[in-house]
Amino acid sequence: MLSIKNISKSFGGIQAVNDASLEIKKGSITGLIGPNGAGKTTLFNIIAGNLEANSGQIFLEEDNITSLPSYRLFEKGVLRTFQIAHEFSKMTVLENLMVVPGSQLGEKILNTWFQRGKIKEEEKIIKKRAEEVIEFLNLSHLTYELAGNLSGGQKKLLELGRTMMVDAKIVLLDEVGAGVNRTLLNDIANAIQKLNKEKGYTFCMIEHDIEFIGKLCDQVIVMAEGSVLVEGQIEEIKKNEKVIEAYLGRSGAV
Amino acid sequence: MIEKYRAPLAFLVMALLLAIVGFGQSWSVALGIINLCIISAIMALGVNLQWGYAGLFNAGVMGFTALGGLTAVLISHQPIYEAWSSAGSGILLSGFILISAVFGIYFVHKKIEKILLKRILIISIIGITLFGLNIFYGPSVSIIESINPAKTGFLGGLGLPIIVSWLVAAFVAGFVAWIIGKITLGLRSDYLAIATLGISEIVIAVLKHEDWLSRGVKNVTGLDRPVPYEIELQETTWFIDLIASINTSKLQAVQILSDRQDILNKLVIDGSSIFVKLCYAGLFILVLLIIYFLSHLALQSPWGRMLRAIRDNEDAASAMGKNIVAKHLQIFVIGSAIIGIAGAMLTTLDGQFTPGSYQPLRFTFIIWVMVIVGGSGNNLGSIFGGFFIWFMWIEAEPLSIAFISLLTNGLDYNSPVRMHLIASAPHLRLFIMGSILLLALRFMPQGVIPEKVSKE
Amino acid sequence: MENFDILNALILLANFVIVPAISYGSQLAIAALGITIVYAVLRFSNFAHGDLMSFGTMTAILFTWLFQSLGITGGVLPTALIALPFAIVVTALLCLLIDKSVYRFYRKQKSHAVVFMIVSVGVMFILNATVRFIIGPNDRTFFDGEKFLIRALDFKASTGLEEGLTIKSTQLITVIVAIITMLLLFYFLQKTKMGKAMRAYSNNEDLALLSGINPDRVVMITWIIVGALATIAGVLYGLDKSFKPFTYFQLLLPMFAAAIVGGIGNPIGAVVGGYIIAFSEIMLTYAYKKFFIYLLPEHLEPSGLTQFLSTDYKFAISFIILVIVLIIRPTGVFRGKTI
Repeated sequence: MLSIKNISKSFGGIQAVNDASLEIKKGSITGLIGPNGAGKTTLFNIIAGNLEANSGQIFLEEDNITSLPSYRLFEKGVLRTFQIAHEFSKMTVLENLMVVPGSQLGEKILNTWFQRGKIKEEEKIIKKRAEEVIEFLNLSHLTYELAGNLSGGQKKLLELGRTMMVDAKIVLLDEVGAGVNRTLLNDIANAIQKLNKEKGYTFCMIEHDIEFIGKLCDQVIVMAEGSVLVEGQIEEIKKNEKVIEAYLGRSGAV
Repeated sequence: MIEKYRAPLAFLVMALLLAIVGFGQSWSVALGIINLCIISAIMALGVNLQWGYAGLFNAGVMGFTALGGLTAVLISHQPIYEAWSSAGSGILLSGFILISAVFGIYFVHKKIEKILLKRILIISIIGITLFGLNIFYGPSVSIIESINPAKTGFLGGLGLPIIVSWLVAAFVAGFVAWIIGKITLGLRSDYLAIATLGISEIVIAVLKHEDWLSRGVKNVTGLDRPVPYEIELQETTWFIDLIASINTSKLQAVQILSDRQDILNKLVIDGSSIFVKLCYAGLFILVLLIIYFLSHLALQSPWGRMLRAIRDNEDAASAMGKNIVAKHLQIFVIGSAIIGIAGAMLTTLDGQFTPGSYQPLRFTFIIWVMVIVGGSGNNLGSIFGGFFIWFMWIEAEPLSIAFISLLTNGLDYNSPVRMHLIASAPHLRLFIMGSILLLALRFMPQGVIPEKVSKE
Repeated sequence: MENFDILNALILLANFVIVPAISYGSQLAIAALGITIVYAVLRFSNFAHGDLMSFGTMTAILFTWLFQSLGITGGVLPTALIALPFAIVVTALLCLLIDKSVYRFYRKQKSHAVVFMIVSVGVMFILNATVRFIIGPNDRTFFDGEKFLIRALDFKASTGLEEGLTIKSTQLITVIVAIITMLLLFYFLQKTKMGKAMRAYSNNEDLALLSGINPDRVVMITWIIVGALATIAGVLYGLDKSFKPFTYFQLLLPMFAAAIVGGIGNPIGAVVGGYIIAFSEIMLTYAYKKFFIYLLPEHLEPSGLTQFLSTDYKFAISFIILVIVLIIRPTGVFRGKTI
């Protein structure tokens, strides 16, 4: 579904991503792992429109989405979450979700004056969906809490929830498990699986927690030093010599 | 608990201050201040929209105000037919050339890929434009300005009621803001400040120099009014009767008929002035309420929610499909449109258009103090700020003079030191304003009426 | 007039364009240096710089009057030059006072740059009011000494040319003082320990602090330098033209344009930017009619003034250049941001 072809990106003298190419299959939960500095987050940022690649192309199915800015990618169904939670801290959990759907009637200023009735109707629908999402995430008791007051894990759940307010095609998860306690981690994992099976979401997740990856991902891609090292099932990856070398460094092979 | 009462309390204090002036000095003076307070409040609303909701530092408030004033002239003044017939086509053609050039450059910039071709085309467009303008603009301007320069010497306007200009000003200011925003909104906040400062200086320079447009520094006086003239009122029977009936007791107390007539005349004159100001106040308050109501509706709706999300976390909002640049542009345009309306209202109140009176200190920076002291991000706060700071600005001069007089009481009446200090008292106004700004930023950065973060 | 009279044409240009532009450019350069250094080290756009220049010049004027009343004059040179060091000291002290009472609070809070900018507007108000209060809003000339280096009449007499060249002593003083100031500043920044510390702090604050650089010291030295630069720029401008409190606010736009065009945060950029803005302003508002008359054969001579823009729009030029630079190359001629 998502084809990344020969993406390269350098910052000053540092080559962060070096001719990386990979495929993310539709309906899969694909893991993206690799040691620090391998270029995973940079690649995510390039896909998600936060950074511009020096060269290469990105295709969503047949669509060339290489240079699109983030808000356009959202329209195409490419969603992302952030490594450090980017919740709307001064808005309630409910509002955080209700603000997500695109093309809301109420977001056009003329409508706020002339189409008040229709907007009320649409708000009801959006609110219902938001409440369903909150229910799904077991956050009902926090519906009217300011998002900034949530715990780290809850914020991550909220970010996931945001992607559920629209019909996403692919969701890029940047270390969604980072800094989250066991219980919530389970909740997040369950949510991901459910979304994958019931709504057909494709996921690509950057993770350092190998157990988490093993539990969820059917396919794993390993990056090191800016390019793709190897792809495959998690068990094979664990045994792969090149992977071990990349993580431990040339001198420190086990 | 005090949070709930901040707004009503603040406005109560404001009403009290104005009442003191009304009873202490005169109601005419108080109403004059109130009218300018209302206009300032509207400007503050516009600036607050740009700053509080989009973080845009508009240092060019003065320019948009002036554009509003220009609109008032161009809508309400009678057209000067002689000027139009002799050189109107030349001016229109020049305008057409200029606009085509702008669109041409925009088109080339967007569509042409090759850099060399792009540059050649743009330079050619500029060259052709300059050449064309030289042929049409210069001569047309000389012709127009030579027609009766003492009284007119310009193209005049459309001859419509001046109140129409209040609405049109919104579109004029909004349009100019759109152009500026398109060019400068990608810039950081301090660059935007400098850019908007520069643009407003250019607008003022054009208004001062291009006599054919609005007489430049010769000013346009005697503008149309939406309210009665004092002189007319003083001759109108129902008005005289009204004044008489309000003051029956006062009049009855005077025995001599001719004295009574004199007192009635004086009351009628004072009354007419107050009546006119009340009419303006009524109109202005109506506009203020409409603008406040419309912004309130918009901000309480999903549109407002979207803006708050963008302000909260731009990266997240962008990832969730919100086009940040487009929204900022929209806010910039709307805020500037509001400022334009205030500008037209101001010129209407003045009855004249004087480009020289638009000073950045008086307009741009005072409005900023209003927004910050009042409460950025909160519309009620901006309205309060508008009233309070304008009041302070006006009363600061007499207060400073009184203060200096007190201070120099010990000195010899004609000593040069005392003379100099008294003469310099008006400058204390700026000092007071600056101090208020710094004190507010330091001790009350959220403003007197801060924005509510609601959990509902 | 002969055709193809290159010499006269050049002298015309020198007299009305080149000499004034070099002088004005030097003044702008010193002013822009003050802005760029605040930006580089303290990381905000200082809107109060214009009125700081105003204050510095006012102080210089007061000291000039003091010295003149005591019978101390500069003779051939303006007395203001003697007053200058004293004015610098007072202005620098003022800068330190303002920093301690106003800006420091926001530094400790790590406020956003926009907050500093708004605060500087408040400082601007107060400085403006103070200057007007002390010296009044009127025009003041405080030049004394020999006014002209070369007079037009003398020039014409000795060269036999039709066009005269006038060089005012203030123009020469401006250039000399400006060059000395720039050399001193660059020497300080490049060669002295404190200067290098400032550059390190500007480049990477955290790293500089880790290396043991005292931030309060750096800030203090920065404000002293800025105060000195403001005073020098203000005095040079005031000597050349005249002193009026309001003028310096109007110069804010060209000053900022110079700093940004050159690359804000970069001292060399500020200097180059100063000359770019000065030359553009003057060249684009000069009426070249006579110039072309000297150069071209008769039938090609222009009938109109051949003036690109009216002098009313002089500062609009600095703004237009600024906008063009901001769109095409926002980092400026010399990539700005740090010293």
